[in-house]
Amino acid sequence: MRALKDTWTMAKRSLKHIVRSPDTVITVLITPIAMMLMFLYVLGGALGQQTGSVKYINFITPGIIILTVISGIAYAAFRLNVDIQKGIINRFRTMPVAPSSILGGQAASSALSNLFSSLIVLLVAFAAGFRTHAGLVEWLLFAGLTVLFTLATTWMAIYFGLKAKSAEGAGSFSYLLMLLIFLSPSFVPTSSMTPALRKFAENQPFTPIIETMRSLLTNGVAGNKAWLALAWTTGILVLMYGLSLRAYKSKAAVVNG
Amino acid sequence: MATAIAVEGLKKSYKKHEVLKGVGFTVEAGTIFALLGSNGAGKTTTINILTTLIAADGGKASVNGNDIALKAEAVRQSISLTGQFAAVDDILTGRENLELIGDLRHIDNSGRTAKELLEKFGLTEASDRRVATYSGGMRRRLDIAMSLIGKPSVIFLDEPTTGLDPEARSEMWRTIRQLAANGTTIFLTTQYLEEADQLADTIALLHGGTIVAKGTARELKKLVPGGLVELTFHDMQQMQHAEKLLQKQYEIVRGDSGLVLTVTNGGGITELADLLVRLRDAQIELADFVQKTPTLDDVFFKLTGAKKEEK
Repeated sequence: MRALKDTWTMAKRSLKHIVRSPDTVITVLITPIAMMLMFLYVLGGALGQQTGSVKYINFITPGIIILTVISGIAYAAFRLNVDIQKGIINRFRTMPVAPSSILGGQAASSALSNLFSSLIVLLVAFAAGFRTHAGLVEWLLFAGLTVLFTLATTWMAIYFGLKAKSAEGAGSFSYLLMLLIFLSPSFVPTSSMTPALRKFAENQPFTPIIETMRSLLTNGVAGNKAWLALAWTTGILVLMYGLSLRAYKSKAAVVNG
Repeated sequence: MATAIAVEGLKKSYKKHEVLKGVGFTVEAGTIFALLGSNGAGKTTTINILTTLIAADGGKASVNGNDIALKAEAVRQSISLTGQFAAVDDILTGRENLELIGDLRHIDNSGRTAKELLEKFGLTEASDRRVATYSGGMRRRLDIAMSLIGKPSVIFLDEPTTGLDPEARSEMWRTIRQLAANGTTIFLTTQYLEEADQLADTIALLHGGTIVAKGTARELKKLVPGGLVELTFHDMQQMQHAEKLLQKQYEIVRGDSGLVLTVTNGGGITELADLLVRLRDAQIELADFVQKTPTLDDVFFKLTGAKKEEK
């Protein structure tokens, strides 16, 4: 109970940080929206041929949502690292507050803010012609998977935020994740890739997640990759949660150590 | 009196560099304790260990009877740390900073406590402004105010006045004295001898990884034998004469300004009289004469072997 309350206290603090730096909110939204428009209107004519009966905007929207989340979580790493550099984390560390609450606050605010930016991006996608037959259950499953994915990657961000030497470098791991989005069936079907790349794309963790999201929105069913998607996200979440807590506890007082 | 902090044989190394080589001291509850040392002596390392931020390699320490390694959680309940740099949240307002700590410490009314502390530290007008707009002194005051929430019985202050202007410094000293007067135990580190002299009930001098001296300021000053006599002359000729006369028996240093000699003697009346008689017999007249008692500076430089010029 107490731990939950502390987590919420920390989440509120983090949400204030997000709301009070509107520039970061805009940056987080600009990347995926620009990408979506570029893929749709610049490359869509050519790439759209590859997706068969599926409308191209419907095809790319799940990948765009993933991109939104990735560009959002990078700031969680940044904010946490600023806390370390400024020494306020040392104040928290000497207080009777559970580490899971201090870090969990970041995770909770990240999940909420990313859900919000995903919603905005979805609205833009609708305006650009995105249509779905998904019902309430599919939408809830879609939102659930998005939150789970956000939490898993946020804990990754927390880990890198704890480990990074500078706030500027804290978010750089997200570029690798961005690369994973492009090396997946986000924007083109894997069948159009070279054999080696295709093998990689079909077996990397983002692929079942994106395909499950797409299946939920376009076919109205979770599809056969759903369990794999769930396993990957849960696995990453548990692993990164454990690594982050360990990093937090063993972290020497970095400021004027 | 109860013991608030007990430290024994504390050791800590970073890679091959041995920072603490067996540090020990005790701090009585409700007193002000100053850990004195130059830059890099290991003061912050000691404070980081005692506040559970880092683990020691060896030795034992307890705060309010709770072992820092075994009962870190209980230690955290009763302490607060104000680090060298103000640990405040720039994006939140002063009030929000205080309420945040109040909520995390689960006090009954964070809002009211925040309001009282803002008043006490002269931050009421700035209470709803973001801390990023605060001056250095205001940040420091907010930092201290945040440390008082939940009424911790032991407060750790790491170089609380470093970088403060003289006015802010004396204000900080006032705050520290007030806290101690209300029964809070204060553990502070400082590199200013004057600060330790002014504030502390007990001083421990940390040098080369160990405590080289501890006691009250008065006790420490006794460690420097004798006193210094500062002699001022009317002209250069007389000064040189005196220098020649006295240097066989005393340690003499020429002062910074032209006509001053500083003589180290035993500090006793007989020795002082002897010195003056010698000067009179040689018909040397003094323009001025000052007997100086040793300062903590002298103790510090004597015990650490540091040269005064390096100060």
